[in-house]
Amino acid sequence: MTTVMTDTPIDSKPPRRVVSQQTIAPWLFLLPAFLFFATYVLYPIVQSFYISTFEWNGLYSPQYRGVDGFTDQQCLELGNRAGREPGCELTGDTVWNAEYVGMENYRNLYTDPFFWTSLKNNVIWLVLYFLAIPAGLMISLFLNQKVVGMRLYKSLFFFPFVLSQVVVGLVFSWFMLPGADEGLLNVILGWFGAGPVNILGNADTATYGIIAAGLWPQTAYCMILYLTGLNAVDPEQIEAARLDGAKGPKMLWYVVLPQLWPATFIAIVVTVIGALRSFDLITIMTNGGPGFYNTSVLAFYMYDVALSEFGFRMGYGSAIAVILFLIMMVYIAGFLWKMWRDEKG
Amino acid sequence: MRSIFKTGAAALAAATMLTGVAHADGHSVSGPLRIFSDMSNPAPRAVMEDMVARFTEANPEVEVELVITDREAWKTQIRNVLQSGTADVVNWYAGNRMAPYVDAGLFMDISDLWEEGGLTETLASTQGSMTMDDGIWGVPYTYYQWGVYYREDIFEELGLEAPTTWEEELANCEVIVESGRACYTIGTQFLWTAGGWFDYLNMRTNGYDFHMALTAGEVEWTDPRVRATFENWQTLIEMGAFIDDHQSYSWQEALPFMVNGEATAYLMGNFAVAPLREAGLSDDQLGFYQFPQIDPSIEPGEDAPTDTFHIAANAENVEAAEAFLLFVASAENQTLINNGDNLGQLPVNANSQVDDDEFLNAGFDMLSNNATGGIAQFFDRDAPAEMAQVAMQGFQQFMVDPSTLDQVLMILEQARSRIY
Amino acid sequence: MFPRPIEQASPAMRIGYQMLLPFMLLVWLIPLLAVMWFSVKSGDDFTQGNYWGWSREGLQGFANYWMVFTESDMPRYLWNSVVITVPTMLGAVALSCMTGFALGVYRFKGNLLIFFMFVAGNFVPFQILMVPVRDLTDQMGLYDTRTGLILFHIAFQTGFCTLFMRNFIRALPRELIEAARVEGVSEYRIFWYVVLPLMRPAIAALCVLIFTFVWNDFFWAVVLTQSPESQPVTAGITAFNSQFRAMYHLMSAGSIVAAIPPVAMFFLMQKHFIAGLTLGAVK
Repeated sequence: MTTVMTDTPIDSKPPRRVVSQQTIAPWLFLLPAFLFFATYVLYPIVQSFYISTFEWNGLYSPQYRGVDGFTDQQCLELGNRAGREPGCELTGDTVWNAEYVGMENYRNLYTDPFFWTSLKNNVIWLVLYFLAIPAGLMISLFLNQKVVGMRLYKSLFFFPFVLSQVVVGLVFSWFMLPGADEGLLNVILGWFGAGPVNILGNADTATYGIIAAGLWPQTAYCMILYLTGLNAVDPEQIEAARLDGAKGPKMLWYVVLPQLWPATFIAIVVTVIGALRSFDLITIMTNGGPGFYNTSVLAFYMYDVALSEFGFRMGYGSAIAVILFLIMMVYIAGFLWKMWRDEKG
Repeated sequence: MRSIFKTGAAALAAATMLTGVAHADGHSVSGPLRIFSDMSNPAPRAVMEDMVARFTEANPEVEVELVITDREAWKTQIRNVLQSGTADVVNWYAGNRMAPYVDAGLFMDISDLWEEGGLTETLASTQGSMTMDDGIWGVPYTYYQWGVYYREDIFEELGLEAPTTWEEELANCEVIVESGRACYTIGTQFLWTAGGWFDYLNMRTNGYDFHMALTAGEVEWTDPRVRATFENWQTLIEMGAFIDDHQSYSWQEALPFMVNGEATAYLMGNFAVAPLREAGLSDDQLGFYQFPQIDPSIEPGEDAPTDTFHIAANAENVEAAEAFLLFVASAENQTLINNGDNLGQLPVNANSQVDDDEFLNAGFDMLSNNATGGIAQFFDRDAPAEMAQVAMQGFQQFMVDPSTLDQVLMILEQARSRIY
Repeated sequence: MFPRPIEQASPAMRIGYQMLLPFMLLVWLIPLLAVMWFSVKSGDDFTQGNYWGWSREGLQGFANYWMVFTESDMPRYLWNSVVITVPTMLGAVALSCMTGFALGVYRFKGNLLIFFMFVAGNFVPFQILMVPVRDLTDQMGLYDTRTGLILFHIAFQTGFCTLFMRNFIRALPRELIEAARVEGVSEYRIFWYVVLPLMRPAIAALCVLIFTFVWNDFFWAVVLTQSPESQPVTAGITAFNSQFRAMYHLMSAGSIVAAIPPVAMFFLMQKHFIAGLTLGAVK
């Protein structure tokens, strides 16, 4: 629909107005959302790149101007006492006292062991999070039946996805409480004569414990995607394959999975995003510990150096965010490329 | 209840007197006063609300707007409040924890208020911890001792005495471990509790001055003297002195071990007494002793963290804020808010009365007479923020696995060379 | 049907399957059941280390929940969550109806580019926005206000909603729009009277999704709010937990209370919710 159709009888409106209306309309419809988006998403991305070249503790200082014979310079020299001097009044503005350091933050990142720990954990998250996809597929195959109460079963299997990560994190940290009779996990292990284990308190296992918590809702999501996909699988093809003697895994691999590809694609997309946004669970379950950032990922480390109780390094934090953004950009570009192909196709 | 009312009236009179001191021209303070407090736990919250009520009574022209935020959350949120200019008065901590806000010009220098209000005499003991870069940045409102709170009844049962030397300490601990208990409960999930252990071991092994030099970044973490501190710590860890899985517990979650008798003592601040009593331990079962001596030639240093009020540099009602700070620090108010029914801590004003409580008396006596080495704030208040963060992570890592000591010290040394 | 319907299997298999279902569900929900168990126990159980046994004073029933509602800031946090979530939901859906319409109906230069910008924005890691957005909110005087959170969430969620809406509108029959244009109906009226009524299912699905996403957001709640006056329940629960540290019965009850609204929303609007989440899972 690029131009106005010329073969329509034009009696109500002069064509020029229609053209102009159709040209302007989309922009007017886009404008409010675009303003929001530019202010809160696009511009901040640029700003983060900029801030990452500064050393800044995240604090602005109040600014004073001199009145009643006081000069601004005198007020500046008074420093923290200016507020008590009647000759200095607040301008309402603040001073951004940051120091330009160029690429320094990035160089420091390179030699920062905690940055590499976090990056390594990010990779572990990404790899293990993919388990949600086969796990979700298995559960969906198990549940893809028509028996009494099936709808309720499906909802109950799915609803962990609706819980906030904060609640999931709490639920799993209580599940994994150390001590033989505290966490249910150890109680169950006790029945089999194993344990007790302190998963979250051990640097070698803590990350896996958090990932397990994250996989719970993520698997539920993949399951629901596949259930929807299975509903749409072409029954004729299945029957035809059955007549050819295809069964079980073979049937799944050659006949069913290809038809489930759209569901798989979405599952991959949401799983990658979920894995890289793993901030909430870590904060709630271990706060990056035990020891030196053993369960930290880039998203967490960035918050920790910039805004946590002892974190005052906004420039450094922004540099970490930029790295995370660039990693993500590779993936986003791939996604957009696929979308673009679909659009053209 | 009646007694509080009486003291309240006395404090009220004192406050009015003091505001007269602060404003020699005799006009009373007025207008809105916005106070942001982190006294969010039930008892301190009541104290804070009561303090504001009494202040308002004495200064009816002032409309106090009190915002109480969660104590943990406040540690990060103070930044925004100070920058956004929405507060006149805020709660914070003494020592190096003030540094970011002093450096950024967000705390107001109130040295002249200390002079005019006579605080330099009445609060002399805490003046040092409030001073930085030749300015004084706030007033303290309470402080408390740290030390070892222990189960007297279990000690008796095992025939033990409160130890005064490291040898006695180790001998005691051996008996306790043999009886199937841990000597100490601790929860290091939030790291700072391990900082307390390091403070004491380091002050007893190397002395207060060395400890201060270390937190000021003047000593290498790989220094053999630091190593000696960790070796003493390791002795305790390896004999099974600490409870298992402490890295998974908060300090509150570590309390039941002591209540149940699975652990016999707790190195902690005096605020631990209230929950221990609430959990059913009587004063006959609870005892207190000073952290034992390790090197007899070293004067004992103590941790006594101080909590404070500050005026924001961009405060809109400076006069009312000053009046409030003077009111907080006044002797009567100090006596009242720190008594056993309220905060149950030590008053900062020299003219105040310490409440007649076993532990407050013990603490007051210890800090007045037996802390000849010096009084430290606490690891995370003496060291700069970033160093505190990484060092306390290191302490926790070491406590979980002492064999990683070399790696821990190396990381701390790297951090030191970057931070200072 | 794949796998083969269970009705066609042997009776033994059928019975086995029927037995296996509840058992599997139990295993799947075990961490949650554990928390529910915690939430009806008494405080003394935890101080005495009796985490799993039967309560010595009997179970508490709803007493712990009553405590949560009457003696903590929880009701306030819940209310804040409502006040943050509902306007965000309305704002983001309204904006994305417009963007979806603009990008889905019109062909113009830069259409795909703008669309991709919204999509990419929806995928960026939050952290890249954290420092500037926090500053911006602070400068607008909206730090620690619900409005500050609402504005940000509207902007950020618009990316996802636009992706959703535009694809939905693309799938609508274009003849209706063409016919209206032939009639000389203005573009605005086409949007309002022709397209919008057809978008109802998408709007319903998005409302449910956005409600859940925003309700469950933790990161921005931590970065942009601080006091009980404005904190939503996700951030509030950490304050709640530090208030009731080690009182697992109350912490559990609090978590369950915090989780109820989105769960209720899901069970009530299940169809829309799943339709929204699985859009595109089927060719």
